[in-house]
Amino acid sequence: MNDEVVAAVAEAHRREWARIVATTARLTRDLDLAEECAQDAYAQALRVWAESGVPQRPGGWLTEVARNRARDVMRREARFRRALPLLVTDETVPGPEDGLAADDRLRLIFTCCHPALDRATQVALTLRLVSGLSTAEVARAFLVREATMAARITRAKRKIATARIPYRVPSSDQLGTRVGAVLQVVHLIFTIGHTAPDGAQLVRRDLCTSAIDLARLLHLLMPTDTAVSALLALLLLNEARAASRLGPDGSLRLLADQDRSSWDAGLITEGVALLTDALRRATPTRYAVEAAIAAVHAEAPTWADTDWNEIIALYGVLRTMWPDSPVVQLNQAVAIGMRDGPQAGLDALEPLLGDPALATYQYLSAARADFLRRLGRQPEAATAYAEALTLTANDVERRYLAARLDEVVHG
Amino acid sequence: MAKYMLLIHGDAAQWDAMTPEQWAVHHAAHAAFREAAGDRIVGGEQLEPAPTATTVRSGGTDEPMITDGPFLDAKEGLGGFYLLEAADLDEVLKLVPLLPEVHAAHSAVEIRPVVFHG
Repeated sequence: MNDEVVAAVAEAHRREWARIVATTARLTRDLDLAEECAQDAYAQALRVWAESGVPQRPGGWLTEVARNRARDVMRREARFRRALPLLVTDETVPGPEDGLAADDRLRLIFTCCHPALDRATQVALTLRLVSGLSTAEVARAFLVREATMAARITRAKRKIATARIPYRVPSSDQLGTRVGAVLQVVHLIFTIGHTAPDGAQLVRRDLCTSAIDLARLLHLLMPTDTAVSALLALLLLNEARAASRLGPDGSLRLLADQDRSSWDAGLITEGVALLTDALRRATPTRYAVEAAIAAVHAEAPTWADTDWNEIIALYGVLRTMWPDSPVVQLNQAVAIGMRDGPQAGLDALEPLLGDPALATYQYLSAARADFLRRLGRQPEAATAYAEALTLTANDVERRYLAARLDEVVHG
Repeated sequence: MAKYMLLIHGDAAQWDAMTPEQWAVHHAAHAAFREAAGDRIVGGEQLEPAPTATTVRSGGTDEPMITDGPFLDAKEGLGGFYLLEAADLDEVLKLVPLLPEVHAAHSAVEIRPVVFHG
């Protein structure tokens, strides 16, 4: 098979999968069947495009094939399908007051992130149906067996049909909170990818790419929603630094030690522009403040030039929006330590030590270890590094912590 | 259209502790819910407290076992129900927050789709 066709199909999969499933689902009123037909269309594309060339509009071609296939199946199974619960579809186009285009992909995203589904299921369904990850890939992201994930996805699709979760962009009175859930799902997908909770890799590129694609899609479909712009800005600003997080030998590089010339200037410019626009138009959301912190880091020419005053102030704003997050408090304490020295950092961490929510959070131990090491309190630093090491399941992070532990023990 | 059972769960001890004034507010909220739901309501009742329940289940022999009280011995029990008819879950989710049990700390409303036997 020729590489050009394989690449074209892969590209169409990345760009068009959600649209094809979404458009087909409106016809079938059945997510399973829509997904099957979309898969069939891609399989046909590999065959047909190899013979007759890549069509001018691959997305249109694939949609047409998927929908034709769906019509065939539905005709053949008409009697059988009448007994099944079907997706509730709504053909009405939202009014202009919603400021939304009635794009099928939005229906699909809002259905996957419906609050009647639990968060893990929302994430799994979004990855499967909107991003087009295979069930095996979704299972890998959640560190569960493929059969377990397949059962969870099946159960979720069944609930969507039997509880009649509508296949629709929520009405304007519900939209605010529903968008919030969608953004949380996209953010969570990026976070899982950014530092894989487990395993050999530090970063799960597929998940980060998927999250950014989703955020770009939401921004395209809801260009005036400032929370969406802010989330996209946050993801791009983090992504811009991704390549520098690992050294050539695959070891972890902390922000202080990263090669800033390898940061993606294009993504930084785009992220900052999105953020600036969002901040100009509305009061900052949680994502806007987080993006602003990422922007301060991204725009500092060197580690020494980092504007810690600004970062500490922004964490202060974040704490007022999110008062019960000990992680935000931890990050602010670390920033205080960077500005005022390791003893000040240690003092700022002190109130967090008894917090049960952080009892198994490796970054608290790691931050303490770093401040203790810089104060020359090596035995205490060793204990803190050892503690962080027991709490970390990511191999790359473990290697970093083990090297530091070795350093404070043996000098 | 589909049918949904709204099961109102809560702590009976806390319901019992409510003052007549609190009950008046509570009943007014239910009246508002019934008005908003209109003819979507197929049925609904408040139930006597859990100690009045009798449970019948398999006794392991041919003869079923009859026991005093609800099936599950929990602090929260079933206090009442509505049966609603609605186009989809979102329609139900818009109405349910009118119920006062959604806002009290000890109670909650479970929404269960009813099986359609065509």
